[in-house]
Amino acid sequence: MRQDTLPMADLFDPPSLPEPFAGWFTARGWSPRDHQLELWAHAKAGRSALLIAPTGGGKTLAGFLPSLIELAAEKEAGVKLAQTRRGPHTLYISPLKALAVDVARNVEAPINEMKLPIKVETRTGDTPQSKRSRQKHNAPDILMTTPEQISLLLAYGDAEHFFAGVRFLIFDELHALSPSKRGALLSLCLARILRHAPGAVRIGLSATVAEPDRLRGWLMPQNQGAGSASRSELVLGQPGSTPDISILKSKERVPWSGHTTRYAMSDVYQTIGQHNMVLIFVNTRSQAELTFQGLWAINEDDLPIALHHGSLDRGQRRKVESAMAAGKLRAVVCTSTLDLGIDWGDVDLVITLGAPKGASRLMQRIGRANHRFDEPSKALLVPSNRFEVLECEAAKEAAEGNQQDTEPPTEMKLDVLAQHILSMACAGLFSADALYDEIRSAYAYRALTREQFDHALQFVSTGGYALKTYERYAKLKQNPDGLWRLSHPRFAQQYRMNVGTIVEAAMLKVRLVSRGRRKPLGRGGKILGEIEESFIDQLTPGETFLFAGQILRFEGLNELTALASRSNAEDPQIPAYMGGKFPLSTYLADRVRAMLASPDQWRRLPPQVREWLTIQQIKSVLPKRDQMLVETFPRGHKHYLICYPFEGRLAHQTLGMLLTRRLERMRARPMGFVASEYAMAIWGLRDLSLMIESGKLSLAQLFEEDMLGDDLDAWLAESSLMKRTFKNCAIISGLIERRYPGQEKSGRQVTFSSDLIYDVLHEHEPNHLLLQAAWDDAATGLLDIRRLGGLLTRVKGKIVHCALDQVSPLAVPVMLEIGKEPVHGEADESLLAEAEAMLAGEAMAGV
Amino acid sequence: MSEILQQTSAEPTAVESIKLGDTQLVPDLSGALWLPDTRTVLVADLHFEKGSSFAAKGVHLPPYDTGSTLTMLEQVVARYAPDRMISLGDSFHDDTSRARMSQVDVERIRVLTGRTEFIWITGNHDTSPPEDLGGTIAGQLTIGELNLQHEPSGGLSFSPEVSGHLHPVAAVSRRGRRLRRRCFACDGARLVMPAFGAFTGGLNVMSEAFYPVFPNGKFWVWMLGREAVYKIHSRHLRA
Repeated sequence: MRQDTLPMADLFDPPSLPEPFAGWFTARGWSPRDHQLELWAHAKAGRSALLIAPTGGGKTLAGFLPSLIELAAEKEAGVKLAQTRRGPHTLYISPLKALAVDVARNVEAPINEMKLPIKVETRTGDTPQSKRSRQKHNAPDILMTTPEQISLLLAYGDAEHFFAGVRFLIFDELHALSPSKRGALLSLCLARILRHAPGAVRIGLSATVAEPDRLRGWLMPQNQGAGSASRSELVLGQPGSTPDISILKSKERVPWSGHTTRYAMSDVYQTIGQHNMVLIFVNTRSQAELTFQGLWAINEDDLPIALHHGSLDRGQRRKVESAMAAGKLRAVVCTSTLDLGIDWGDVDLVITLGAPKGASRLMQRIGRANHRFDEPSKALLVPSNRFEVLECEAAKEAAEGNQQDTEPPTEMKLDVLAQHILSMACAGLFSADALYDEIRSAYAYRALTREQFDHALQFVSTGGYALKTYERYAKLKQNPDGLWRLSHPRFAQQYRMNVGTIVEAAMLKVRLVSRGRRKPLGRGGKILGEIEESFIDQLTPGETFLFAGQILRFEGLNELTALASRSNAEDPQIPAYMGGKFPLSTYLADRVRAMLASPDQWRRLPPQVREWLTIQQIKSVLPKRDQMLVETFPRGHKHYLICYPFEGRLAHQTLGMLLTRRLERMRARPMGFVASEYAMAIWGLRDLSLMIESGKLSLAQLFEEDMLGDDLDAWLAESSLMKRTFKNCAIISGLIERRYPGQEKSGRQVTFSSDLIYDVLHEHEPNHLLLQAAWDDAATGLLDIRRLGGLLTRVKGKIVHCALDQVSPLAVPVMLEIGKEPVHGEADESLLAEAEAMLAGEAMAGV
Repeated sequence: MSEILQQTSAEPTAVESIKLGDTQLVPDLSGALWLPDTRTVLVADLHFEKGSSFAAKGVHLPPYDTGSTLTMLEQVVARYAPDRMISLGDSFHDDTSRARMSQVDVERIRVLTGRTEFIWITGNHDTSPPEDLGGTIAGQLTIGELNLQHEPSGGLSFSPEVSGHLHPVAAVSRRGRRLRRRCFACDGARLVMPAFGAFTGGLNVMSEAFYPVFPNGKFWVWMLGREAVYKIHSRHLRA
């Protein structure tokens, strides 16, 4: 309720902390920060709040203070609450297992120093089964856990007793958790916890976000009628000092294209030498491998430089982390696994290799440098190509102006809803009306209609098909009194095996063997880590690749293990895809377009980049900020069309697929296309400049928004990206089960393929819940259709065409990508034809 | 990725037929096999009612698989107008499939079995196929020089044989992509047919189960693409 915001007097005269807390602060020479006191005042009065503060501002301690103070008072007074309370007093929920463990350690420090009788425990997927079941009837005061564990706990029949005594809920890194499907699941879990413990106070901890009001809403029950607050309180920590960001000005030539930043290795190495501890962020595992190798190749001073990414063996990662914390390292090359708030030592410089793709992502990475709050964090950006120079400039400017481009919390996900409904059925009898009201109180599902809910309920029960043939096999049944129940306890077991919203790519262990060996030596052979099955699929025995900091020779597969030996090769034969996982944010894209359009801003750019843009101005055109440039020119025996939307590789890839279809219909005989972060090139056999000039091809029509109608539909019917998206939805929703290592190869005959379900549903029930869910994911995920839609609207009437005699300077980077990028989607048929043609002339007689 | 889309628009080439003994067999894009000499269509592993079989265990796959499979069968019949159709076993996913089948689908099967001579060869999933759907039931069959049976034999081969059961698929890697498709597999003595049913997955022809079927390890596959059938030698296939 708005009227119960903090009285003004409290703000001017913040309450002082009780003992032993006040003494503890004093003993350490600290005084409590304003935001810590403010958050405590809200929580004490039972008001939920969102705390936004930069890293290093005592955010974690602020989140735990209210609960520690209350617990300490409770123990002091000897209140036998613990006997009435079966579950925990405080739940702390974090997006990472490692973070939960790390924060538990940090919270235990003040507890031990103040000798408080407060018990803290973690509960993650790694917690032994015996400990987990003990925690259910003998819970710690503070339980640190993950969204999946919360979901599992809520699905037990006695969940009510476990959660009824919860006083505080702390959501850490809420800005990172809420935009994902895990965020949607957690939002639903929160609604259920509040039914068990209506008075529980929610505390959200977050880095700076673009729209704090959405996170404030996320913490509050929605649809509660007029007069009740739909946003939590907001507490702002003191902003940190403005970061000190520079962009590498290398003497070397900045490459036209590519993602390796290999040109900058010696600059990076020298910079490491000038600092105590440097974190080097890259965007992918393979880039991490390459950088690590590149640095060691020139490591004349034998600086301790380590590698850290999610695919490495866990023991290996822990070693690097503790060496970091002990200050034994000078640099760590890492991927986003070190992005979140884990505090592992005294980093005095963050280097990002490759453009950071988003302003907020850059700021969070920078926050890793210098956890001492009052000093500015220092960062060095290393662009990997010329377009990235522009992107780094834009990101630097945004970070210095504290401009955010974070993702908002996710809206409803139907597959997650289905999983949650099953979970609630596992917990016990439920009324559809009450469950609907509860789910609509979750922020992510505040706009859920009754029809959608009923559809999801039908889906969980019988698959939700128009053809009603599965009534007798229903998972949920309705009692005569109207309440729903699980029809068989084995479905609860099935649910527990499949809980969660993360569908991992299939991974294979990589085991080191001696050369030429196809089987591991007994139990020997070191496990180096895990690698994507899809990557190993490409390899032929004998080929070399880069993994875990070394060049390996692929020897073959042994069940679920990829066998590899050490190789002396200088360069791996099989390069990995180097581009980032994250597309350029819309916000940065706009700034890059603005920079291109205003030559007076180019003074900041390195001379070679300035020269590049100036020649483009002379030879072709530089578009205005709101325009899209399209160039056409001949080269070799082909005719090229290049457009520059700056909307990220995924959206450009989808655009390429759809334009190919259109150009085919317009008889332009397209042959192929390639997409980069900034541009898309498509080529064919007919003279496109001439077709445009003679009016046979209209660019306005070519880029018309109706592309997202029939063309898109036809393509989606067979798109492998769409099928992959669908598979994830089918697993999350519980329609098909997860496959666990070892399970898949056990049966001689086939597990069920989700592609077959997709084909059949697409044909018979195009409006099925799972297709809706997959479509919704495709809009933002692998196909980025929403962004493509935005692009087509944006450039309507604003396409500038330039017919050229030859390739333009701006086109060079994307032209260089041709031949380096993987082939997608529709080319399948022709690849098969190619494989066949390769064998033309060989006769059956040869068998 | 240049030149690739150009080939997509090419006309599908005439399918190269398979020679087994002295018999010519034409692999159809649907997974059926056409024997022009005897005007016979062979199909394998229809697995009717596989969807509802999973549903009974709580995995609610779409209930349209039997209908989809029948539609494809009807199209094959329309295309070749055969005198005879033979289903090489595992036509029904289990012994209670008949009971779960919708009346509409039952009628469609009766129409099919009424139009041509129809033979159900038994398989491990359907040791006793339903008798009220028309057609005749057989354990195995010889047609001309060809032995027809559900499970392929192994080891030394004495007469040409066509079977199913293994659901062969083949995989090739080209330009950084891996493509996996259902296929016919044949070494000149034995031919294993792909599974025809809408919900049937597959087993890679390079896996151990195929070792005894193709004892010298060399064979050809006819991979089923979207527009054409592609003939590829086993040495170019991926495990």
